[in-house]
Amino acid sequence: MNGPGSGRAPLSACSRQRSVSRLPLAFYAGFLVVALLLAGVVSYAASSSPDGLDAVTQTGCELDEAGEPVGGQCIAQNAGEHATANSPLADYAVGGGEGTVGIAGVIGVLVTLVVAGGLFWVLRRRGSRDDTPSRVE
Amino acid sequence: MEPTDLVAMHMSDGIVNAPTSIVFGVVAVLGLAVCVARARRDLDDRTAPMAGLVAAFVFAVQMLNFPILPGVSGHLLGGALCAILVGPYVGAICVSIVLLLQALLFADGGLSALGTNITNMALIGTFVGYGVAVAMRRIALRSRGGLVATAFVAAWVNTVVASLGFVLEYAIGGQGLALGTVVALMTGFHALIGIGEGVITALTVGAVASVRPDLVYLTRSATPTLQFKEARA
Repeated sequence: MNGPGSGRAPLSACSRQRSVSRLPLAFYAGFLVVALLLAGVVSYAASSSPDGLDAVTQTGCELDEAGEPVGGQCIAQNAGEHATANSPLADYAVGGGEGTVGIAGVIGVLVTLVVAGGLFWVLRRRGSRDDTPSRVE
Repeated sequence: MEPTDLVAMHMSDGIVNAPTSIVFGVVAVLGLAVCVARARRDLDDRTAPMAGLVAAFVFAVQMLNFPILPGVSGHLLGGALCAILVGPYVGAICVSIVLLLQALLFADGGLSALGTNITNMALIGTFVGYGVAVAMRRIALRSRGGLVATAFVAAWVNTVVASLGFVLEYAIGGQGLALGTVVALMTGFHALIGIGEGVITALTVGAVASVRPDLVYLTRSATPTLQFKEARA
């Protein structure tokens, strides 16, 4: 009665299911929650001082209240207006609104996850149920 | 009207001249092409979602500028962190995607400066960090403390060497400040920022290793992709 294929289909479905259930889904979820909390909540406590690179490019200039060079000579004077300065998320604010850095951060984390995760999912080696993937050549 | 919580971080357009931007744009494209070709072998059903999460995590932590001196802050670059968790090829792509999205959506880092920013933070930072981590791999395999120490050192070196990438690009195509001053300030600031990068990387790698040691690339792969074929003790 049993054809050669009839016994194999449920077996492979079963091992496929086991492989999915072996994925560390709880760990993934925890990692994502940490990233969302950092971008959505802790970001409000971030320093607004220029970073090391910006501090170097602004050295030698007097800055106005918006941080734009107004006098003296410095590297930052050569910087142009940003091409996407009118983006709805420009400067980590939603629509330019104050106090929206956390929302912008959450959006950024989710977009990054979708773009990067999607690319890596497409690039991955298919159908491997190997427990030691990185050792496979 | 600028929001008070403005975080501007990477090189803007015009900081180096157009020919320099183009040259490093080509360097970035070629480097990423190699990474995409080599990343495949490090990605499977389990590590592909991990790599997406690592990219999202780096995006989040790059928003968290910490003070290093009065009026000067720093933030994670992420190269060593990515390389230790998901390998150098996948890791460089993770940092590049973060930089690309920051420039496109958040006006953070110029579009014409993407080549220099990717070269410095994604390529130099990730591969230098990974090189240090591989050199210290014997220590990293010995104990959790060894792995955490390795992560710290690799991250510190990745930060300082990535900042030298900017110095190189500025020497080729920048103007406005004496080169010696740029060298001194960049390395000085980034030696301090590297401490923060080291702490964040050590905490993150240590946390992942304590929960899912199988998701730490450095200590999982028996033969790291770059060099050092070494028998496990």
